[in-house]
Amino acid sequence: MAIAIEAQGLSKRYRIGQLQAAYGTLRDSLARVAARAVGRDEHNEVEEIWALRDVSFSVSEGEVLGLVGRNGAGKSTLLKILTRITTPTTGRAVIRGRVGSLLEVGTGFNPELTGRENVFLNGSILGMKRREIQQKLDQIIEFSGVEKFIDTPVKRYSSGMGVRLAFSVAAHLEPEILLVDEVLAVGDAEFQQRCLGRMEDLSGAGRTVLFVSHNMQAINQLCDRAIWLEDGRVMEDGEPSDVVTHYLHSTWGSGSRISWRDDESAPGDDLVRMLSVRAIDEDGETIDTIDVRRTAGVEIRYRVLREGSPLFAKLKVHDRQGDIAFNAMDIAPHWEESSETGVYSTTAWIPPNLLNEGTTSIDVALCTLRAPKLLQHAAWYDAVSFYVFDPGDGDSARGRFTGQLRGVVRPLLEWTTERLDA
Amino acid sequence: MSTELHLPQRAPAPETHAAEGHLEADRRTFVIQPARRWPHLDVRELWHYRELLTTLVWRDIVVRYKQTFLGVAWALLVPAMTAFVYIIVFGRFAKFPHGNTPYPVLVVAGVVPMQYFAAAVGNSSASLMANLALVTKVYFPRVLLPLAAVVVPIVDLLVALPVLFVVMAVYGSWPNGAAGATAPLFIGLAFFTALGIGFLLSTINVRWRDVPYMIPVFLQILPLVSGVMYSLNEIPAKWQWLFSLNPMSTAIAGWRWAMLGQAAPNWGQAAVSVTVSALLFFGGLAVFRTFEPRFADTI
Repeated sequence: MAIAIEAQGLSKRYRIGQLQAAYGTLRDSLARVAARAVGRDEHNEVEEIWALRDVSFSVSEGEVLGLVGRNGAGKSTLLKILTRITTPTTGRAVIRGRVGSLLEVGTGFNPELTGRENVFLNGSILGMKRREIQQKLDQIIEFSGVEKFIDTPVKRYSSGMGVRLAFSVAAHLEPEILLVDEVLAVGDAEFQQRCLGRMEDLSGAGRTVLFVSHNMQAINQLCDRAIWLEDGRVMEDGEPSDVVTHYLHSTWGSGSRISWRDDESAPGDDLVRMLSVRAIDEDGETIDTIDVRRTAGVEIRYRVLREGSPLFAKLKVHDRQGDIAFNAMDIAPHWEESSETGVYSTTAWIPPNLLNEGTTSIDVALCTLRAPKLLQHAAWYDAVSFYVFDPGDGDSARGRFTGQLRGVVRPLLEWTTERLDA
Repeated sequence: MSTELHLPQRAPAPETHAAEGHLEADRRTFVIQPARRWPHLDVRELWHYRELLTTLVWRDIVVRYKQTFLGVAWALLVPAMTAFVYIIVFGRFAKFPHGNTPYPVLVVAGVVPMQYFAAAVGNSSASLMANLALVTKVYFPRVLLPLAAVVVPIVDLLVALPVLFVVMAVYGSWPNGAAGATAPLFIGLAFFTALGIGFLLSTINVRWRDVPYMIPVFLQILPLVSGVMYSLNEIPAKWQWLFSLNPMSTAIAGWRWAMLGQAAPNWGQAAVSVTVSALLFFGGLAVFRTFEPRFADTI
């Protein structure tokens, strides 16, 4: 299959100054030159940062490549080089085909112009020919759903309308190679879905797509291949599910425990102070990841400062998108009648085969009940997180199925089947 | 926020797309590599982006005339009022010499190209900063930005021309026959000079943000040394050569020769002006192209 994008040893160096205060005033520059001349300049040395180091890869025609990595890993720099917004310091890339790039929705939109005028302006900036825009104008306007306001200046639009119109223009861009940055991060769920749908259409039509996203589900679902960038280097290049798993593994591993050095900074009040929270396995070891078939624990340590109040611990378990799996509380704390001052440790055990694969985050709280109200004395959002994985041995809820199983929870149910006609 | 993404199912087989045909036509291969050491101008690429140039020009004109309350009237009022003040102060009070051309005609004919030049220099110097969002988010030859910025004030120039024609009619001045046809050439001289300065200053502006504050000062002094409120022929010949280093002096003298039938400019001096203008243009372009790859990183 023909190669659409071929990158060989791309590197990009920024001078530190170039990242932060690349520009300044001529007055300051002259003052610095003068200071240097009399040998009084302290911040003389220029620090360098390699935003990309020796990045090589190729994308076949019609392939959909996802780019993952944390902020500052070099994804945007790579995209800026491939879209020719900036040049590499070393290395080269060859791109075969008409390129469309979408680093932002609505680039160049002018608030003074009407919706219709902005369609021409934005389309032209994105590389469409005027004839092409003219041909697609009706479709673009219809798709945007802002027909009524198409001759109103965009400054009178709600932000949602502006984005819809801008996206509609972008959606009608028909490049052979599409480079997309985080466009999915804006807009509501319906809008995101349309973006994804449009990218599906493009890849279905044999277009080459390279896209950067923090939405791992989208990467998993849409891409044929994924590349994980870390610190400007390619860490992994392969199957999206593997790359995403390894990437998340590395990113979310750090949140497996949290502790507070002193009572001042610790969450709590005059009744109780939290000391630490850990995600653990059955053996009490701190964990970053847990096999979906095993029990995970959340251990909360705290100091009771005043006796007499029946305290209990509470958890809120949610996924990375913030969808709540469940809330749970200790319904029979051992001091139900009264509590004594001192340091305690309470652990909640989450049964195996309950949480779905992916990152699970847990909010913890220490509460008292003043019916019907729940009073939170100490609470910490996103206290710990761990990554649930399924090795795919066939004895979990997914059986031998290897595709995506959506849902916040994924319990192993008991199924019964009986034959009725015998 | 709890939003669930319903991902569309992947299309089973690639379909051929209706628009494939015309995409084949402008199929190109790009090689991305480190910035070249020596600047060059890719004329083929500029041609490829010609529609974007017209779009940028169109945008600036539409926005300008929408935004300003007085709209088109503004393009008439500014040169008319400037000329009026010059005529009163320099013509009536200071009694500047004006040869055989009526002083008001002389001044209006000087103000019109000067206003164009001032607007062109101001706009093009600010063009990169004014289009920050474009420079950092999408690729196109950046040369288009200062270029569009010097094209836009041509509209104001055209709007202001009737003022000149009215004054000419009132005082009975007529274009100098065949020489009248050369008038656009002198506007062209102003155009390329402004563009060269625009290349230079917009590049500097990306790096040093205080430079634009110096431009108005420069533009206020310029009419005084370009012969806007007097005729260059009236000053001693040895000074005329010094003035010719300023291309605007030739642009205005030539424009008056073409439009008003004044004495022809000294062609030796005109050649000096054209040379300076060419140096500014090519020098500015070279500087611009040299720093162009770094604009997105610096801005």
